Formats: sequence, C-alpha cells, structure tokens
Amino acid sequence: MNDLRRASDEQGIARRIRADLLFAAVGLSCLLLGVLTLSVLFLEMAVQGLPRLGIDFLSSFPSRHPGEAGILPAWVGSLAVMLVTAAAAIPLGVGAGIYLEEYAPRNALTTIIEINVTNLAGVPSIIYGLTALGMFIYQFGLGRSVLTAGLTLALLILPIIIVATREAIRTVPDAQREAAYACGASTWQTTRDHVIPGAAPGILTGIIIGLARAIGETAPLIAIGAVTFVAFLPDPPVLGEAPFLSAGWLHAPFTALPVQMFNWTVRPDEAFRANAAAAAFVLVLMTLAMNGLAIWLRQRMRRHVRW
Amino acid sequence: MVDRPRQAGAPMAEPQPLKARVSGLSFHYGSLKALDGIELPVFERRVTALIGPSGCGKTTLLRCFNRMHDLYPGNHCQGELMLYPDNINLLGRQVDPIAVRMRIAMVFQKPNPFPRSIYENVAYGLRVRGERSRVVLDEKVEQALRRAALWEEVRERLDEPGASLSGGQQQRLCIARALATDPEMILFDEPTAALDPVATSNIEQLMTELKQRITVVIVTHNMQQAARVSDHTAYMYAGRIIEFGKTDDLFIRPRMKQTEDYITGRFG
Repeated sequence: MNDLRRASDEQGIARRIRADLLFAAVGLSCLLLGVLTLSVLFLEMAVQGLPRLGIDFLSSFPSRHPGEAGILPAWVGSLAVMLVTAAAAIPLGVGAGIYLEEYAPRNALTTIIEINVTNLAGVPSIIYGLTALGMFIYQFGLGRSVLTAGLTLALLILPIIIVATREAIRTVPDAQREAAYACGASTWQTTRDHVIPGAAPGILTGIIIGLARAIGETAPLIAIGAVTFVAFLPDPPVLGEAPFLSAGWLHAPFTALPVQMFNWTVRPDEAFRANAAAAAFVLVLMTLAMNGLAIWLRQRMRRHVRW
Repeated sequence: MVDRPRQAGAPMAEPQPLKARVSGLSFHYGSLKALDGIELPVFERRVTALIGPSGCGKTTLLRCFNRMHDLYPGNHCQGELMLYPDNINLLGRQVDPIAVRMRIAMVFQKPNPFPRSIYENVAYGLRVRGERSRVVLDEKVEQALRRAALWEEVRERLDEPGASLSGGQQQRLCIARALATDPEMILFDEPTAALDPVATSNIEQLMTELKQRITVVIVTHNMQQAARVSDHTAYMYAGRIIEFGKTDDLFIRPRMKQTEDYITGRFG
C-alpha cells in the first residue's frame, strides 16, 4: 500500500485496522438501534396526534366528545405545578449541594448523607407519591392541590439537583479556590465569587434536566389524587385589585399533561388515543424546549468561564 | 558552580530582624509524616529559598505559612510558626486563617488568574476586604500592577480577561493580585516552573525588587534560581532541613556532604 510499511509489520497493522473498523461498526449499530426506535415512536405519535393539534386543542377544556376535548387545564396545571417545583427544589437542592461540597466536614455522618442522597435519585417515583400522600395531604393537610403536587415533584427531583450541583462544583479547579483563599477570602466569598459562577453552567443543566424529568412524571401525581377531569382553571396568581397577588391557585385542584394523557389512553374510545398522542406531542416539545434551553444557557455561560 | 556578584553588599553587615521563625514544626498528612522538627528563621525584607528534591516537604512547609492546609481535611501539625513583630504563633488554633492570609500572600506554581478582567483580578483582594471606593481601587490596582512590572503592558486593556495574557504576564498578574493588599510577606511556590526563560528572568528581577519592602519565601526546584534571587537558603530532604545558611555560603561552602551532592547535581 505504501513504502513505509515493512513486510514484517504488514499483517499486524492490517489486523488492528480491522479491529478498529469492527468496533466502529458495532458502536454505530448500537447508536442507530436506539435513535431509530425513538424516531419511529416519535413519528408515530406525531402522525397520530398532529391532526388534532391546534389552537382549539390548547385552549379547550376536556370533554366527553373526543373531537372537542382539549388540554387547557392540563398544560396550565403542568405549568403551575412546575413553578412550585422549581421554587422549592432549586434553592433546596443547590443549597444542599454547595453545603456538601464546600462546607460539610468529612465525617461518617456526611458520608451517610451523601450515600442516601445518591440512592434517593434511584427510588421509584410512586414511592414519592405515597410519601407525599401521607405527609403533605394527611399530615400537613395541604389537600390534593397544585401546592402538594409541586412539592411532591420537588422532592422527587431534589436528589437529581443535589447530585448535579455537586458534580458541577467538583469541576471548579482547586487552584481557583486556593487563589481566592490566598487573597484572604472567606469560604462564602470564595463560594459566591468563584465556585458558584464556575459551576453555574453545570448546575443550570442539572436543574433543567430535573424539571424536565418532573414535567413528565405521572405516577406520583395519580397517587396524590390528580383530578382527571378538570373543567376550570385555577385562580390567576395576579389580580386586578389590591393585594394584586393571590395564592389561591396553590390550593386549587389540578391536573397535568401526563395525567390527562394517561386518562385518555385508558378510555375504550379509539378517538381519545389521537388526543393522547397530540398531548404527548406537546409534552415532548416542552421537554425538548427545556433541554434545548439548558444546552443554550450552558454554552452561553461557558464562554465567560474559562480557567 | 555558582558565581554571583554580591549586590548592594552593605546591608548584610548588621543583623537583620526576624519576620518569622519556625520551630519544632512537624506536619502529618493523615498518618504520613511530611515535616519533622523544622527549625527555620525567616529574615525581614530578605528572600529565603527552600530547595530540595521532589517530595522533600518544601511546598508543605511553605503552605504552613498562610494556613493553606486548613482547606483540606485529614492533616495536622505541631510546633510553632511565630510571626514578628506580633509575636503570635500563626499555627495556633485561636488564630483565624483568614487573618493570616490577609497579611501573608501567595503566588502559585501555575498562574491561576480568575476568569475575570485584569482589573478585577488585581482588585479581588481589596474587594474581599470590603473596599468599595472606585478611587481607592483604581489607585491600588495601578500601584500593584506597577510593582509587578505589568502596568505598561496592560494599562490600555484592563477590562480584558486575565486569561488573555501570556503565561509570564499571567504570573505577574497573580503577583500583582498578591501585592494589591500590601502583604508583609509573600510566598512563592515554584513561581517560574511553568514559564519560559525570559518570563522567568522577569519574575526573578521582580523578586529582588520586592524584597525592598516585603519578606519573600520561595520554593524552587531550580538551584540557579535559588542562588540568583535568595539571601538565605534551606536545603530540605525527607521532611527535614539538612542545612540552612546564607545563600552564598551554602552554595559555595556547604557544610553537609548531602547538600553538596545535591547542589552539584550528584543527587536529586
């Protein structure tokens, strides 16, 4: 093939190149299998659901007639629940992650907490639903409300956010911390000025991935009693008169996109399947949009942080 | 091997006051003993060099001076590191490490500017201390950059990121950052290990200027560098100080065979 190869090496090189190609082929097949399966599922959903998708579908209440049914309360409910989830899970998760990495003494108690947090990320979501049913509804009397649902999902994604925060913080080089401490900075100044900005892209990605996970959860919401037929919207959070803000929406009964979908898929009437597919399409778009936002923000912030 | 003209010979005649004294210092990383019974005087407005083979404990000793070891769990030390004229043991439990670092600055092996502008890098130590006045900050930043011999190169581009500078400039930026808070002592941990010869020579020049007003302790792998910049040198091996003396004496007439072997390159 070329003059560089000695005859004695020829066979060895050829064999190693074959092995390279073989592995590349196996790897590509694995990748295609996954991507193709997902694409087919997504396409099928789109084909089934797209005819139903439109302004009417997004702005109508559910109905016993599949052709008139819409997902207005479902997506408004999902949005309201996500607001509560984000408000509860972000400060708790990021705060806990920062504490564990930058402040916690290295002792047996910290180790136990760390192991448990990691394990919690793998607990089935229905367990969170049952825990929330016992705690938020029966113990604290929060009712089957937006607030309960939001807190339940916050609990569910808390370990995801804690783990992501810690991973992101660990990517900040010790040299940066040492430089700040050597200037006389306190732990909080070092954390606020250097660790959090450096870890922000990773933390943000973790938050959005956590929220994307939460928005698709169904089981815990059914466990705490999401209503599957909602013919009204929660009170608006902003009022036209004093005091302008209202917490009424927090206590409203709710439904959410995945719950609405679940409800439609178990109906015997075929026509509701198209509704479910259309709702699924909206949900997938919302998730993709959130992940896209995460990637965009990460790239944007990475440009400013370079060590 | 070392032929160094004595610069400004006269001041060495009178005994120089002590800035710090290490006595009976032992240090453990977990169960590993890194320093064993260190005795070391550090003279005021002089450069003290710590030399020795890798793993001899010179960086560990240097990091005791600004309590850097407090940042990591699982190590402990015994002994004293007195700072003068305060006559306070810096290693004492009641001494706040932040208070120590407010007076003793450090420059690291690899230039580690913050991902911020040149100006903000230098101003950071002052901001940490609560300085808000733009006038004061501007003045101190310029002064520190001048002392670090960087001002002329960066005066037009103070808003550019510190990382946009060359390696040697970044290290001088880190020196400016350390100088901005008027430290009494500055610790250099192999400050030129990552730099080319020209940048190295700039930093060495800077060090001899710094000692006009500040006490300097430097860890270096480079014996010629120790010979060029320092007034006193300690040769360390396996966590102990084998020999300490005036740099000229130690390099020209080492008392210990081991020191001689190391500085002549037969060992290490």
